Amino acid sequence: MSKVYKFGNDVDTDQIIASQYLLLPDIEAMKGYTFESLSPSFASEVKEGDLVVANENFGCGSSREQAPSVLKALGVKAVIAKSFARIFYRNSINIGLPVIVCKELYDAVEDGGEAELDLTAGTVTAGGQTFSCTKLPEYMQNILNAGGLIASLNKEGQ
Amino acid sequence: MGHTVIEKIIQKNTGAAVVKPGDIVTVNVDRVMIHDIFIPFVADKFEEMGFQSLWDTDKVVLIYDHLVPTSAVEDVRHFKIGDAFVKKFGVKHVHRSDGICHQLMTEAGYAKPGDIVFGTDSHTTTYGCVGCFSSGIGYTEMAAILGTGEMWIRVPETIKVQIDGTLPDNVYAKDVILRLLGDLRADGATYKALELCGSTVDNMSVASRMTISNMAVEAGAKACLFRPDEKTCAYSGVPLSDVDWIYGDADAQYCKVLTYKAEDLTPVVACPSQVDNIHNVEEVAGTELNQVFIGSCTNGRLEDLKVAAEILDGKTVACKCIITPASRKIYMEAIEAGYMETLAMAGCIITQPGCGLCCGRSGGILCDGETVLATNNRNFLGRMGTSKVGIYLGSPATAASSAIAGKIVVP
Repeated sequence: MSKVYKFGNDVDTDQIIASQYLLLPDIEAMKGYTFESLSPSFASEVKEGDLVVANENFGCGSSREQAPSVLKALGVKAVIAKSFARIFYRNSINIGLPVIVCKELYDAVEDGGEAELDLTAGTVTAGGQTFSCTKLPEYMQNILNAGGLIASLNKEGQ
Repeated sequence: MGHTVIEKIIQKNTGAAVVKPGDIVTVNVDRVMIHDIFIPFVADKFEEMGFQSLWDTDKVVLIYDHLVPTSAVEDVRHFKIGDAFVKKFGVKHVHRSDGICHQLMTEAGYAKPGDIVFGTDSHTTTYGCVGCFSSGIGYTEMAAILGTGEMWIRVPETIKVQIDGTLPDNVYAKDVILRLLGDLRADGATYKALELCGSTVDNMSVASRMTISNMAVEAGAKACLFRPDEKTCAYSGVPLSDVDWIYGDADAQYCKVLTYKAEDLTPVVACPSQVDNIHNVEEVAGTELNQVFIGSCTNGRLEDLKVAAEILDGKTVACKCIITPASRKIYMEAIEAGYMETLAMAGCIITQPGCGLCCGRSGGILCDGETVLATNNRNFLGRMGTSKVGIYLGSPATAASSAIAGKIVVP
């Protein structure tokens, strides 16, 4: 089971990683400031395999790819939300961070609770209930399966 | 069956006879824009992908604006990496201190009607003001375009926004887009295109249309398109006969239609800390301000500075009032027109064109408990300093009037 960190509606990319940290040399240096304004302890507490669960429109705002990148670097297994903002969604798949649309999970799990994500089956289980997640278009699933856009391009080139 | 503007642009670009929403297609990119914050990451990914050269050196535009002028020594690293990338790969178009990327892309003619353009910034939707399909992407995807010239996209559904009539004297394009964001909400146009039409829109300047297309992404929109007209052609330097195919057909399929009567619109502000938290200015009138900000790629054009100068003429600001023209060209035109003198006489602080304050980097950042009324595009937590700064977004007229009072007032 994975620990769940729960966030609300319209979490913007400034809240995921604020602009002033984008000037740090790399993602490793930035990741400690993830969700600084919303949840100052998140970056130090989150563990490999944990899940971020959110309501509608997760990742709205800027195009910064550092937003999904810091989550991935902290070991977040996937972000599961009712819906995602467009650029965040594309960026996540391009860097190989699973972004899962599931309408039911949000109301079925508490912050700090537990859930089990089965990426292959496309299901998530919490509180004894299992929900199915919306499937990615095949094109995007292929990029994600390859581990991101770079790996996918390299694979095509072979 | 007819087509929306974005469907027509994609069809022309790909040579496909018909595209429909939901189709995944690969487009040939007409131009890309990269700015100084993300160039180190783009350069990194480009090399990691193993590309040896750019697909077309003429189609790449690099613009330094977020860090101009620098406010910390680390900023210089971005310019060094950018300059090295330009030298190594022969990027043809580089702007080091000419203004904000979203202003320069149409002003310098890089993004034209009917083009498909991507940029490493969410406000890339701005170029829809001239009938260009433009959208923001991340740096990994940008690196892939630099090597291939191609990008896959999902053909979006279109929301039509019809606005007819004459706007009241104190209502501007900024009030129009804020009202629209309040009605659509922050995710109301996610994955979709907006198409603006009607007599109010036809009567708007290209600059006013830019204010609207710039902020369309705040509703999640992938693009925000206007039909090019004589004004567009004069601005973009193209003949009308080249662009007369760019319009939404009467029988095009829209997923939603919003209709407004211009006379019903009022001056509004986005209240802290969501862009869709829209209220009439009079509801928050009297809110004390520490600072006013007039400028940015949303509202830093000549018509915005003109409105501010007319309101501030002979007056003195009661709080800090920062003015940031969107480009050097606009800066010089505003000097020529006497606006800058008027604004300086009123006590305003005039800055170099750039993104500093809007991205919370430099040039007027605020601290806990302070309140600012600003004309830029985002009022997110922590956007202009600490997360306890209250940011209101409004039109240049609301901002200038409020600067005189030191509190929010109806223009």
